Amino acid sequence: MAITREEVLHVARLARLALSDDEAGRLGGQLSAILDYVKQLDRLDTRDVVPTSHAVEKGTPMRDDVVEPFGDREALLANAPDRLNDCFRVPRIIED
Amino acid sequence: MANVPVHEWTLLEAARKVREKEISSRELTGAILARIEALDPIVHAYVTVLAEGAAAQAAACDEEQAKGTLRGPFHGVPIGLKDIFCTRGVRTTCGSRILRDFLPPYDACVAERILAAGAVLTGKHNMDEFAMGSSTETSFFGPTRNPWDVSRIPGGSSGGTAAAVAAAMCFAGVGTDTGGSIRQPASLCGVVGVKPTYGRVSRYGMVAFASSLDQGGPIARTVADAAALLGVIAGYDRRDSTCVDIPVPDYLAAVERPVKGLRVGLPKEYYEGEGLSPEVRAAVEKALKALTDQGAVVVEVSLPHTEYALSTYYLIAPAEASSNLARYDGVRYGHRAEGASGLIEMMSRTRAEGFGDEVKRRIMIGTYALSAGYYDAYYGKAQKVRTLIRDDFTKAFEAADVLLTPTAPTPAFRLGEKTGDPLTMYLSDIYTIPCNLAGIPGISVPCGFSSEGLPIGAQLLSKPFREETLFTAAGAIERAIPVRRVAPVRG
Repeated sequence: MAITREEVLHVARLARLALSDDEAGRLGGQLSAILDYVKQLDRLDTRDVVPTSHAVEKGTPMRDDVVEPFGDREALLANAPDRLNDCFRVPRIIED
Repeated sequence: MANVPVHEWTLLEAARKVREKEISSRELTGAILARIEALDPIVHAYVTVLAEGAAAQAAACDEEQAKGTLRGPFHGVPIGLKDIFCTRGVRTTCGSRILRDFLPPYDACVAERILAAGAVLTGKHNMDEFAMGSSTETSFFGPTRNPWDVSRIPGGSSGGTAAAVAAAMCFAGVGTDTGGSIRQPASLCGVVGVKPTYGRVSRYGMVAFASSLDQGGPIARTVADAAALLGVIAGYDRRDSTCVDIPVPDYLAAVERPVKGLRVGLPKEYYEGEGLSPEVRAAVEKALKALTDQGAVVVEVSLPHTEYALSTYYLIAPAEASSNLARYDGVRYGHRAEGASGLIEMMSRTRAEGFGDEVKRRIMIGTYALSAGYYDAYYGKAQKVRTLIRDDFTKAFEAADVLLTPTAPTPAFRLGEKTGDPLTMYLSDIYTIPCNLAGIPGISVPCGFSSEGLPIGAQLLSKPFREETLFTAAGAIERAIPVRRVAPVRG
């Protein structure tokens, strides 16, 4: 199954990945090969099979809805690539 | 035994000798740091070496011990961590450019627990980027080399941890395993690696790859060391909602238990494939003989959906990864691309610059498999096949207590040998992947060497939360097939 260049670019846009022309071409070929390989799953009839999302069955654990302050606020903010006081600064959000 | 060099002691020996004041933590740590200084320029098992931090921790351990306090069972003993576990104030890269300068503001649960047990942290081990790889070649920081033959890869993704343990650049380490990332490098480096049952070890503070498959576990030079280390890191943690609240048994006690009457299942599908090297097959047969000589019984079992495991894994793991890795957007931490005019451009270029080829490939597969119109055909289908694979194991464990298989189809391959073709690389995890899909525990234990002197490991699998059975069987193999555990580091 060949993935078109348009599909590669569409998926890259969804994944927020800026691809070079070269990368888009190479990834298209590799993706096609991998998707061809996984097509073998279609040989299995799974109409009546319940999907597994987690291997170990466990209900959703509940806890009290209590605020717990995070200890080191400054250590969190210190990782910011661009910081303005106690805010993370980003380029403008509304593009032309 | 008096002549065994300090760095070659087992984790448990080192811990005992510190406890009994035969050696100080400072001396012990100094020996390991000297080893790292001499060998790591060749092996490159570490992304970050904590020479000063480890020396300071060792000095603190000695002082506390002089006052009569021991922190825990590994008081003053040097242990390393895969660079996927967050360590407060110590950079945690996950092998990626995007986290090159990330300083976690908190410790992972695993890090907290080994430190509370008294361990001295030697540093952070190299790994495939975001644990995506089977050779440690996808690390942004360059590959790790196999200490048994430095022209070869150590396996991956926990290749740095396995190589550091094999080259005695720490007494043990903790890695992570999503599709074989503890067991396969342990096998290729001639050490013991354990993938615990899903939910046995907290994932809190462990950088997420595929959340329904990821599990942390020990890598050590002996079965007893691995058992002791698992005993320290296992157990309930409320900060990981999938962590299971059941008591942690005495794993160490399981190592010496007799295997008489133990039913060892040989899943025929694991021995039929063309890719299995004859030398690996012969070594695993020796491991089987070791078990039967001690009274274990062989049963034939079948895992009929084995051939579908790789496809299932390469849909589920990338799908979960594409979602988990969405957080790396250049806003709050990590790399950010310069000079973007808008937010979306900044994120797209940050991710393009910050991620390597393999990570991009998996994000693309995962995003495709989850995208509108394809979800049912790919991700949904894979989750159903996952059920079939799980059911196979449930059935097999009605007849067998433990399954014995090869860990990897071949011994360590050469650097660059498989980097050109992603699918060929993926095939090196063919025997380890089903275990993660089923959530069951597995161990790789050394069982011999190839004619070229490369280590070979046998894999044992058991029912959920029956790690004790793995330690019992692996202990029996280890006693019957004693092999050299410290690698010579040669080219």
